[in-house]
Amino acid sequence: MTTKARFPAASRLLHWMMAPMIVAMLFIGVGMAASVSPRYDLLVLIHRPLGIAIFVLCVIRIVNRFINPPPELPDTLPSLQRFAAKASHIILYALMFIMPLVGWGMLSAARYPIVLYGPLRLPPILPHDLTLYAWLRDLHTALAYLFFATFLTHFGAALFHGLVRRDGVFGSMASWR
Amino acid sequence: MKPFWFGAGPISNAGVLVRLGAIGAVMLSVAGAFAYTGGWLSPVRLTQDRMMVAFQDANGIHAGFRRNHAKGVCVTGWFESSGEAAVLSKAAVFKPGRVPVVGRFALAGGMPFQTDAPATVRSMALRFLLPGGEEWRTGMNNIPVFVVNSARGFYEQLFASSPDPATGKPDPSRMKAFLAAHPETVRAMQLIKKRQVTSGFANSTFNSLNAFRFVDAAGASVPVRWSTVPVEPFAADSAEPSAAGDKNYLFDNLIAQIAQHPQQWRLIVTIGQADDPTNDATLPWPEGRRQIDAGTVTIDQASSEDSGRCTAINYDPLVLPSGIEPSEDPLLSARSATYARSFTLRAEEEHEKPPSAVTVQEVQAGGKS
Repeated sequence: MTTKARFPAASRLLHWMMAPMIVAMLFIGVGMAASVSPRYDLLVLIHRPLGIAIFVLCVIRIVNRFINPPPELPDTLPSLQRFAAKASHIILYALMFIMPLVGWGMLSAARYPIVLYGPLRLPPILPHDLTLYAWLRDLHTALAYLFFATFLTHFGAALFHGLVRRDGVFGSMASWR
Repeated sequence: MKPFWFGAGPISNAGVLVRLGAIGAVMLSVAGAFAYTGGWLSPVRLTQDRMMVAFQDANGIHAGFRRNHAKGVCVTGWFESSGEAAVLSKAAVFKPGRVPVVGRFALAGGMPFQTDAPATVRSMALRFLLPGGEEWRTGMNNIPVFVVNSARGFYEQLFASSPDPATGKPDPSRMKAFLAAHPETVRAMQLIKKRQVTSGFANSTFNSLNAFRFVDAAGASVPVRWSTVPVEPFAADSAEPSAAGDKNYLFDNLIAQIAQHPQQWRLIVTIGQADDPTNDATLPWPEGRRQIDAGTVTIDQASSEDSGRCTAINYDPLVLPSGIEPSEDPLLSARSATYARSFTLRAEEEHEKPPSAVTVQEVQAGGKS
């Protein structure tokens, strides 16, 4: 059986708005953590407010998921794949929510001002503490790799549904009709 | 017409294989792009990690200390703005009034226990705490220009001055090769050698070296460099206390002077003209540029790094308030990125850090070690 149901418009809009933001965020993050080039400043300048924007959209998205539940997966999907689909979505949601908070928290613990735009700064959310910073900084990197791996799996699985299984799951999010 | 790739209906076994292969190729490309961005596929690209390795090769491992300007003390005080810079920059710090300052005096180099010496470059780092959570952080040196004008130049200089594992000493031929490839460093070193070295931190002038831009309320900007110029009169360095065996004589004198009475510096802003170089810290600006006395920095408390408020702070030159912007000087991004990695490393190593050279007891004793 193939599913004809689609994600609600609001869910598709949020997904496709956030997808390029998150992918850009992962590439900017890994790039700025390595770079000593003149691009570093610009990357940091984008990374911080973009992270906060993702956090805000993520909160909206979680609320939206309760208002607009996603369509059921097709019954023909093997249980292992069904489990992988559910688990990877929980991980993606958790990371979208936690990553910006870890970033905000680690900058707070290091007392870096968190610049949004112009004179606008976010207040610190954690005490000024080097050890706490070190712990959160390492966690931020570890979660970023997990995020990238989960994104890549999600992307590969979406293509697998669209190109090999052809069960309508890909179209339930990707169709423009 | 049905789309060829996406769509419904059965596919042949060969078709499945082709499609799986295509998915694999796309995923591999994305992973490859990620690895490339992270620098893992580019062995010669200068990254933050490679910069840290260069510091380690030059100075050895000193867990918990800054990779550069490792030996220092913390200070606190305030900045009293004269209001004169407010026409050029909308930054709140330049409005008439006071803001708290947390600073650090240090010696250049990655050796946290080096002996104080007149020729060693001295630095003053300041953190201005503006209302509304804005900050201005700046690290300045007592040299007129910087020795290199790029991250690559800095890296190569570190490499050239690193001890040769065979002899334990830097290889002079490496330094010769470095200088041959970097005429800007040769010119800068001539200017640096000509500077008059003062008797201590308290009567040293510290220069931003990099250019920045001041932006006013209307959005107009001018290139600037800034300096802290001591109120204390000039006195030449005699280096005698060092010979008498006080390894920390520069720091001890500073601590004693601050204990006696607050030490002051005027914040002098030099305004560049259109042709003045803003992307090359090895080049001085011509004499006679307009200067503004933006206010006075007063330092009234010193403390050891082991108890001071500067220790858990990264004096990142790109932490700027609205109204001060970076110039196109590539060293600003390079410094910001390198400091950030150094900060993370020492935060990770904090539990293994030995006491700093200038201890809590030494500061309490009024600077006598």
